[in-house]
Amino acid sequence: MKTRVTVNGEGYERDVEPRMLLSDFLRHGLGLTGTNVGCEHGVCGSCTVLLDGEPVRSCTMLAVQSDGRRLTTVEGLACDQKLHGLQEAFTACHGLQCGFCTPGMLMTLLPVYNEARRLSDDEIREVISGNLCRCTGYQQIVEAARQALDEAADMADSVETEA
Amino acid sequence: MPVKPPPFEYVVATSVDHAINLVSQDEDAKFLAGGQSLIPLLSLRFASPTLLVDISRLAELRAVSRAGGVLHIGALTRHSDIHKLPLVKQDAPLLSEAAGWVAHSQVRNRGTFGGAIAHSDSAAEFPAVLLAVGATIVTRSADGERRIPCRDFFGSHFQTALEHGELLTGVEVPAHDSSTRWGFSEFARRKGDYAIGGAAVNARVDENGRCTQVRAGLIAAGPGPTSAEGLDEALRDRVVDETAVSEAVTHVVGHLNPESNVHGTKEYRRAVVAESLRRALRQAFDLDPAGTDRRTA
Repeated sequence: MKTRVTVNGEGYERDVEPRMLLSDFLRHGLGLTGTNVGCEHGVCGSCTVLLDGEPVRSCTMLAVQSDGRRLTTVEGLACDQKLHGLQEAFTACHGLQCGFCTPGMLMTLLPVYNEARRLSDDEIREVISGNLCRCTGYQQIVEAARQALDEAADMADSVETEA
Repeated sequence: MPVKPPPFEYVVATSVDHAINLVSQDEDAKFLAGGQSLIPLLSLRFASPTLLVDISRLAELRAVSRAGGVLHIGALTRHSDIHKLPLVKQDAPLLSEAAGWVAHSQVRNRGTFGGAIAHSDSAAEFPAVLLAVGATIVTRSADGERRIPCRDFFGSHFQTALEHGELLTGVEVPAHDSSTRWGFSEFARRKGDYAIGGAAVNARVDENGRCTQVRAGLIAAGPGPTSAEGLDEALRDRVVDETAVSEAVTHVVGHLNPESNVHGTKEYRRAVVAESLRRALRQAFDLDPAGTDRRTA
């Protein structure tokens, strides 16, 4: 079935078997292997991508259902060899060990970062509650998220002050 | 364990009638909306339909509107919309609160209200809320429209009153007014996971603070979405205080038969449901002025 999607700003058109999950389509159909696949039944959150700007699990969606929609994957974060603020913060705070859950964590946090919302640790934990990490014990992920979100909010505040 | 869906045909429905027509003609066909329950079931090979009819692009099923004292919520309204829409917050605050407890943000952004109700999971939030508020389920099939009171809709073990080829198109919820009181409480190991137990309470009080009607839907309290039997008889015509709440909870919980599973024994789960009901009743009848229970998982 003919499926057209925009992924990280680039248009793709592919013939897709209806039963193919969006997660497999991204990895095998488009070669975007940054999206990791863990449980494949909507529990672990590692395959989280943005669908029209909102986090969704790409393993609980058929690729054909994304026809005409706009997707963002972890490959869309870094720009011109420069890491995204969230990626910088995860690096600085050791917010990852094996790194398997990291793309999902980053994509789940991205809309909050873009909105420059300052969140408490409890709120951060709720935002990432649908993402499992089996290495870190979450503490450093929460610290990384807090650092990135605070920076984004500071930046938004300073722009507002200048204006 | 296979983790890829089996092969099936896939059609994007262009209208409600188109969808109903396609599904009616094939006894192994299913409707697909947000897919947050159905697609995992396909991946786990618990379901193997021959045809999936995708209704998720039918804008006519997405509207939320108020007419008189009734809020009509289209089946394709997403959990995240139920949680955030000002109209739902104002007219169905219990539903709006409960939507924040449905799974995690990634699921709430895709999952649909109608899908969650048709799935009829005993551990799900929306069926319990509908039982508490006395909602009406609206469906359409080749035979026309049906309006089913929710107490006649939910069965045990994912069964509902829906016939094959009958599509849940929306739900009618009585709008909240100044005499309505509500409470919601749920417990899970990780917030957003399926509940170990929970309760949604909807009550009406008169000008003297006396309870004139109360209903509760219980979460993970039995083989299907469960009404709190005997609650209304226990509290009606009383000014509800701590003693009344305790008596009512004891009375209701005696009827319950939750199933033991990996998350806890029957006895433990019954205790969690009882405590959830107690907390939800205390919220509803203003016995919890700090409101601290509300967001405590």
